[in-house]
Amino acid sequence: MSERYDAIVIGAGHNGLVCASLLGKAGKKLLVLEANDQVGGAAVTREFAEGYSSSACAHLLYQLQPQVEKDLGLKIKLAADDIGTLSLGTGGEHVRINGDTVSGVSEDDATSYREFYKRMTRFSDLLRTYFNRTPARLAKDASKADMLNLAQLGFDVRRLGRTEMQEFLRLIGMNIRDELVERFDSSLLRGALSLDAVLGTHLGPRSPNTILTYLYRLAGQHGKLSQPAGGMSMVTDALAQSARGNGAVIRTGMAAKRIVIDAGRVRGVETQGGEIFESNMVVSNADPVSTMMCLVGTKNLETGFTRRVSHIRMRGNAAKLHLALDGLPTIDGVHKREFGERFVIAPDEVYVERAFNHAKYGETSEKPAIEISFPTFRDTSLAPAGKHVLSAIVQYAPWELRAGWSDETRDAFQQVVVDTMTDYMPDLAGRITASELLTPADIEKQFHINGGHWHHGELALDQFLFTRPIGGSQQYRMPIDGLWLCGAGAHPGGGVSGAPGRNAARAILKQEKSA
Amino acid sequence: MKSYDAIVVGAGHNGLTNAAYLAKSGLNVLCVEKNDYIGGATVSRNLYKDWFYSNCSYVCSLLRPEIYRDLELSRHGLQVTPYGGGAVFMENGDFLGSYADHEVHYREYARFSKADADAYERYSADVMRQCKFIREFLLRTPPDPASFKPKDLKELAYLGAKFVEMGEERMYDTIRFWTQSVAEYLDEYFETDVIKAALSGSGIIGTALGIHSPGTAYVLLHHYMGEVDGNIGAWGYARGGTGAVAEALSKSFQSYGGELRTVSGVEQILVKNGKTAGVALSTGEEISAPIVVSAMDVKNTFLKCMDKNDLDETFYNRVKNFKIRGSSGKVNIALDGRPSFPALPKGSPLLDGDMHFIDSMERMERAYDDWKDGTWSKDPYIDMVLPTVTDPTMAPPGKHFMSCFVQYCPAKIEGRDWTEEEKEQFGETVIDQIAQYSPDFKDLILHMEVRTPSTIEDEIGITEGNIFHGELTMDQLLFNRPIPGYAQYRGPVGGLYMCGSSNHPGGGIMAAPGCNAAREILTDLKRPDITPVNFGDD
Repeated sequence: MSERYDAIVIGAGHNGLVCASLLGKAGKKLLVLEANDQVGGAAVTREFAEGYSSSACAHLLYQLQPQVEKDLGLKIKLAADDIGTLSLGTGGEHVRINGDTVSGVSEDDATSYREFYKRMTRFSDLLRTYFNRTPARLAKDASKADMLNLAQLGFDVRRLGRTEMQEFLRLIGMNIRDELVERFDSSLLRGALSLDAVLGTHLGPRSPNTILTYLYRLAGQHGKLSQPAGGMSMVTDALAQSARGNGAVIRTGMAAKRIVIDAGRVRGVETQGGEIFESNMVVSNADPVSTMMCLVGTKNLETGFTRRVSHIRMRGNAAKLHLALDGLPTIDGVHKREFGERFVIAPDEVYVERAFNHAKYGETSEKPAIEISFPTFRDTSLAPAGKHVLSAIVQYAPWELRAGWSDETRDAFQQVVVDTMTDYMPDLAGRITASELLTPADIEKQFHINGGHWHHGELALDQFLFTRPIGGSQQYRMPIDGLWLCGAGAHPGGGVSGAPGRNAARAILKQEKSA
Repeated sequence: MKSYDAIVVGAGHNGLTNAAYLAKSGLNVLCVEKNDYIGGATVSRNLYKDWFYSNCSYVCSLLRPEIYRDLELSRHGLQVTPYGGGAVFMENGDFLGSYADHEVHYREYARFSKADADAYERYSADVMRQCKFIREFLLRTPPDPASFKPKDLKELAYLGAKFVEMGEERMYDTIRFWTQSVAEYLDEYFETDVIKAALSGSGIIGTALGIHSPGTAYVLLHHYMGEVDGNIGAWGYARGGTGAVAEALSKSFQSYGGELRTVSGVEQILVKNGKTAGVALSTGEEISAPIVVSAMDVKNTFLKCMDKNDLDETFYNRVKNFKIRGSSGKVNIALDGRPSFPALPKGSPLLDGDMHFIDSMERMERAYDDWKDGTWSKDPYIDMVLPTVTDPTMAPPGKHFMSCFVQYCPAKIEGRDWTEEEKEQFGETVIDQIAQYSPDFKDLILHMEVRTPSTIEDEIGITEGNIFHGELTMDQLLFNRPIPGYAQYRGPVGGLYMCGSSNHPGGGIMAAPGCNAAREILTDLKRPDITPVNFGDD
């Protein structure tokens, strides 16, 4: 005899947990099924070598929406707040960025950066408002709420004032490279900012759209970086605790096999183990392609819908490297006390663009652009005493590697990454005692994300707002009765923000109220 | 000092169109041109014996039929002859044909993939829907979304209404179409590499972007939204060469009493007391007029021909940052006979159309990588045509003129000027690619003209020789074109107007910016609007 729930959430990633907690809070009897043994999805801390742990995917927190924290009364313990960025140069000359200030550049650049930051955060604040709302439906017969939502968007854009509104409408479709080249002389500054705009995407700094991805990054905490104590699991454990506190049952090691559908409506979930849990509502935190193509199955879907879903672009491009070190490496011109900062290897925007070139042809970058953090500097719980962890996000490593991902190709790429870092940290290689490289193929397999794409779908204007995941399904509700989407594939997208999960929960509750 | 009601700077097709409408309205109009020939890039030139080279723009489709009829261009000698066919030659010896006949075209695609042949039907219908949407707005002035004027609000509402009319699904499709890359757009329809490569060319022609760059799907429209004799999407040749378009426009202009002066380059647009006062020519002569209309691109107009002190700083900086990038070159060739292409059967109708030699998406994108690195594509995308097959008047009997449009070709090599040697090598690159598929081609060459973006800039004046007078990216389209707040053809100084392709709806021999600017000028002068309204689509 199977158990009955008011709703079943598939996947205990951070969005699934946010959604479950909010639904539970509204009085629903809830079950969360997680395929892995650990809750958190890709937002987890894992031990990658004996005694050494690291956040598996995202390693810095900057997008968690204040509304989510408020609604759930979350208290995230941070090991570090307000982490700055060092854009590494050769010969000990680096550029240091923190908030709206930058040093190591000319007076002009510093002023220009302050203006740039001010404008960008203003625009990102506007976007953030909409990140925490369900996107409107575009239709002649759209509801009053949708019309109001659209009108509000128009009004908010206008409220920027004439000049800023013009800039907003111009910049939103532009590439980051043009804006940076027009503004800044410092190549290290241009490099660091262009890397921020392309991290996690299949775009280069010259690709139109990268201003949007840059704004997206700022839309949480204005780009302010923090590090949760104990890694990303601190966030998801807190979320799981909140969900449980609201009555949700979380079962790990239970991978969903299919969503049971009968007569066009959801009836429950069957697990890989053959267990069936009944419910008239299923909320999927899995990516839209996995949800629709695998869990629902095309036989239950209309062909036009299937075609659109199958064309969602979600080829991951970022790899994650974890190194266990017997001590901190030396970086010329960097003081020991600065190792808690974020380091980027992106000497200029051309470097990042060239790194991207390879990805277009299914190759890994010869000279990758890298974001590096030493989490153990601020959080000794992650490694044995005196030892350290280097955690790096590496662009670009295409999911669709032409040569195919194997142990050899993975090892070869890891060597390239270590060699690139060695240019800045000459004693790095000798300090490595263990390592782990997660390619998009590994991320796909270990975290069940189609294409290994962190955002569950490329973050680009054609897959944004009204057309995320696909046009007509932007309101979290899928075209099968009782089926909802709450993951990063839905609006607004990826990053440890909790926004899709919160928006989905609110959309579900609102719909029930009106029904 | 001589004086006129209005002076139009530049006798390209837009300048002439604008001048013609102003003259037709009864104004005393002077059109000045720096070269000793008219047409700007809409030109045919006799550069070798009896050959007439369409040495810049070489094909015709976008010219608005409303203007064609209204200015009686047919009576003034313009005749556009459609052409069909076309082929992509493949490295494996095969080819992909493009047939004018629908059934044959279907069978040709089906030879590669039945699914693609079917998908082509859907693709054509979808692109045509986008064409119809944009065609509504070609002869309209874009609204200013930052304005509260009734006129702007009304136009915004009109745009919104047309959008909503499409229906929910189509609205989402439209959003995606305007923001997607051409490669991704084609991926949604086709599976065969060569078919995608063949179609993707239209997404990057004249554009400093690669097929994978978001926004390039929209550029497709600039190659589909035109027409010849009412056949939307068809292309043709102006009989006698592209210059025939400018000739007809200039005759029309002069028939309304307009005056045309060549070899009269404008040194500066004069401003007095915050108002346009006329122009100073490079000869030193000053001509006064309360209205000056610039058909030059915005950078030339404001950065070169105006005093910085007459312009607001924000405006000046925005013009400076306007993107006009040299991304294409041209190789024009006089041929002793018609070259053969053994991959195709002799007499194949495909040989009458445009020929391409890039058969994969990867080669298309790699061509762009070279440009990003500051050099010309070593394996370029070439749009090659033999206009003389359709229009024998351009060359002596039995001889031919070949036009090769080459993408990508930068304005500067790694940031410095081109050397003569590099220019030659660029020409060789093009010749060699064609010769791979045509064994007798090299021997037939009698004369050749190689044009890089900087050659075009030096001659015609267009910044970086950009065929559209500015990139067709989202940040420079509609109300953002050329720069936000100035999309309604009015310059920042009273009496100053812009009518070139830097303005909505952009480049190609469309004549729409020239016509739209005339409408705004006549409105400001409180004269009746004599510009044509959109014919509309069925």
